[in-house]
Amino acid sequence: MLVNEKVAIEHGLKAEEYKKICELLKRTPNITELGIFSAMWNEHCSYKSSRLHLKKLPTSGKKVIQGPGENAGVIDIEDGDAIVFKIESHNHPSFIEPYQGAATGVGGIMRDVFTMGARPIANLNSIHFGSPQNKKTKNLLRGVVHGIGGYGNCMGVPTIAGQTSFDSSYNGNILVNAMTLGLVKKDKIFYSKAAGLDKPVIYVGSKTGRDGIHGASMASASFDEKIEEKKPTVQVGDPFTEKLLLEACLELMAGDSIIAIQDMGAAGLTSSSIEMASKGNLGIEINLNKVPCRETKMSPYEIMLSESQERMLIVLENGKEEMAKKIFDKWNLDFAVIGKTTNTKNIELFFDNEMVANIPVNILVENSPMYDRKWKKSKLPKKNKIKKEILNKLKIKDILKKILSSPNICSKEWIWQQYDHTVMGDTIQKPGGDSGVVRVHGTNKAVAASVDSSAVYCWAHPPTGGKQVVAESWRNLISVGANPIAITNCLNFGSPENEESMGEFVECVEGIGEASKYLNFPVVSGNVSFYNQTKEVGIKPTPSIGGVGLIKDYQKMVTMDFKKNDNLILLIGKTEGHINQSLFARMILDEKNGPPPEVNLFNEKNNGESLLSLIDKGYIKSAHDISLGGILTALSKMCIKGNKGIKLKKSKNLISQIEYFFAEDQGRYIVEIEPKDLKEVSKILDKNSVHHEELGIIIDNQMIIDEKTIVTIDELKSYNTSWLTNYMSS
Amino acid sequence: MKSSVITFPGSNCDRDIDVALNKFGFKNKMVWHDDNELPKSDLVVLPGGFSYGDYLRCGSMASKSKIMKSVINFAKSGGLVMGICNGFQILVETGLVPGVLLRNKYLEFICKNVFVKVDNKENPFFKNLDKDVFEFHIAHNEGNYFCTNDQLKEIEDNNQVAVYYCDNNGKTSENFNPNGSTSNIAGVFNKEKNVLGMMPHPERMIDQCLSGEDGSIFFKNLINNIK
Repeated sequence: MLVNEKVAIEHGLKAEEYKKICELLKRTPNITELGIFSAMWNEHCSYKSSRLHLKKLPTSGKKVIQGPGENAGVIDIEDGDAIVFKIESHNHPSFIEPYQGAATGVGGIMRDVFTMGARPIANLNSIHFGSPQNKKTKNLLRGVVHGIGGYGNCMGVPTIAGQTSFDSSYNGNILVNAMTLGLVKKDKIFYSKAAGLDKPVIYVGSKTGRDGIHGASMASASFDEKIEEKKPTVQVGDPFTEKLLLEACLELMAGDSIIAIQDMGAAGLTSSSIEMASKGNLGIEINLNKVPCRETKMSPYEIMLSESQERMLIVLENGKEEMAKKIFDKWNLDFAVIGKTTNTKNIELFFDNEMVANIPVNILVENSPMYDRKWKKSKLPKKNKIKKEILNKLKIKDILKKILSSPNICSKEWIWQQYDHTVMGDTIQKPGGDSGVVRVHGTNKAVAASVDSSAVYCWAHPPTGGKQVVAESWRNLISVGANPIAITNCLNFGSPENEESMGEFVECVEGIGEASKYLNFPVVSGNVSFYNQTKEVGIKPTPSIGGVGLIKDYQKMVTMDFKKNDNLILLIGKTEGHINQSLFARMILDEKNGPPPEVNLFNEKNNGESLLSLIDKGYIKSAHDISLGGILTALSKMCIKGNKGIKLKKSKNLISQIEYFFAEDQGRYIVEIEPKDLKEVSKILDKNSVHHEELGIIIDNQMIIDEKTIVTIDELKSYNTSWLTNYMSS
Repeated sequence: MKSSVITFPGSNCDRDIDVALNKFGFKNKMVWHDDNELPKSDLVVLPGGFSYGDYLRCGSMASKSKIMKSVINFAKSGGLVMGICNGFQILVETGLVPGVLLRNKYLEFICKNVFVKVDNKENPFFKNLDKDVFEFHIAHNEGNYFCTNDQLKEIEDNNQVAVYYCDNNGKTSENFNPNGSTSNIAGVFNKEKNVLGMMPHPERMIDQCLSGEDGSIFFKNLINNIK
């Protein structure tokens, strides 16, 4: 096939990018080479619009073993143990084919983690759908949940936490972000940097088929009405093969024969071989006839661009091929020596004894385009004053009922009951809490993880929103008694070629950077997903933050369910009554203007660290961070989980009762303590200048808000549990 | 007491059951599906998971594994065999226990705690248990037990129902049937009661920090019964 500018543009390249390719090569590329360029230079693989800004994120710290740039980030959890983790998007394929899109998203992220030598120990996900009234939403939700479960359950890795939201901005572009944590010994981490000449390059795993060709390019473009035609670009997952691949890889990794290993994810054999060569500053030679193929007559172009799943590329020590092959034979997986490392610094591909591609690796990687896209700065919206008369007309019980049964607050049990969350026998905090928690097998330690996003805040004011998501992740870890260590981020935005979307990206990243720096909560891995837009309509900016923390003694873990009658309930952090952009304002008042709540990082850090020290001393019987829906929503969830009630004290706060109960001020927690500990707890909080107040005491059966407003726990439960189940069965 | 846990390609609860057996005093060995011989064992466990990816039909390919010949002989000569979840599906496929396991009634994977009632204690698995209702954990997509009416009669006449799904007081009704199983059946024995297949996972209930401790009661009792 003849290559020219038109063909290049059909491959998703820009005219000027094609010109640059010809200049760098000093010739016209052939079709296989063009395919390779298009795979390496698309947004998904090259980060061409985001690289410049991602550099500003703090990525190092005392506990960081590996920051961004590898298959996943790695943090130190002491005693020679490390946690490998990352979050990744699979948005575009999941919209086109929800089951396979979501399933292969989960499969891909697990591969990223076990490529580094870690056994996956927990999965999480953040999934966002259009309005429930949108006719596609229900099927997409069902397909995505089945897909996530179908893959994770079969792998035998527990799905321990997640987040689900509904917003009409996702009507045409749903988001599926999957996160995995793996456990590895610090001295047994594997990297993707090739080293040494004439080392065998090995292909293992599934055979290569024609599925997923140009998947990464598809994920680098906006949708239009012809999107259904893209179905063949979605990969098809086989969790069974991945389970075998996991076991086989870990078995091989127990020895010392692997020099480098890289999974074949986006852009398949192309990106995996080029990344290994690039990192090692080497060349790589591949005989494409040796690649195990599922279909006949696959061309070099198809072999290089296939995104068939469950495949790995390994650079092995010489002479270890037989031993390695035995392991993969045992697990019934393909094993083929397909090439070797070379000193040419080129990627050289052969097919039917002919050279079919020859490209200097550095052209593909270092010379890949980087754009300083134009972006628009946001303004902090003016405060939207809500009239007292409007608030005074509302009844608290009605508001609470509406909020608890709303799609974004209601119980997501229908979803997480379809995920195996207890396999591996170490899940000590199941989905539905502030964070999921798994024990580090055979030790007294546990790892907590949470995934969060606040698209509404990010939409209202991106820098504040970016900060807020990091702060919320930090609070969710602290609420279970974990020391927050690091985060991974999945940055879901509209088109970078749109100045407003690009501005949202730049400023959210700024906010994320500021908060993670202040909280000493560095970003160790992540992924950017642009072009979440259909025609001209983009999603609300949705950075998802996956936070990971350590609980040194798992017996000290805290849960959110109220424990014992007569225990006192304290509110930590100050309530100013910030209503703008709250769920209450948007849902009950239909007010969409105003700034999101301010994030005071000093208070966040101070409140969080003080709470952690109280947890460590054993004072805290239950804890929950206050986020969407405010104090009363948080209290309701604690009552529901613990099957206990609460009698609230009359607040001394000067703001109205409704503002007090439903405001979404940041940096706040609700905690339960024993009455005897009140003096000591207050003393510690006062000493640290942490604002706190008594909210009430635990009783049986009902929530007594004031003399006139009483809600039974059964009522709270029925508000909270029915929406999703009813919606899915209607 | 010696136990063996068979690992099939795709098994994923093999480690969990290994941990549980060792915790309560068994000397457990992991046995590869492609081996010919079972090591000397007092108990053989077929673990949960997705053997062969559940392709074709859950448990069907695993039931034809090399090692299964030895397991079947072991069972036929009176040895104790327990299949949990996918292990139960494999047992059904071998014909060692009666019935079949269909897809859950609501066509969705279910992972949650359930209560089960032990129906018959005159067998080595449940003998000497001092309570009848246990809180176990289920996690499956194909746990909907089905058998014909004639089979059901035979099973019940022979006291082959091992456990029923029920409420916390032991009441069995459709409300507490998580997957549509015939007569709320959660587990069955072979006629001789030396082979037990059940959907619930006792190995996920062996620690207060996990879902509960009823699994511990089951395993402690089991090893004492075998001694």
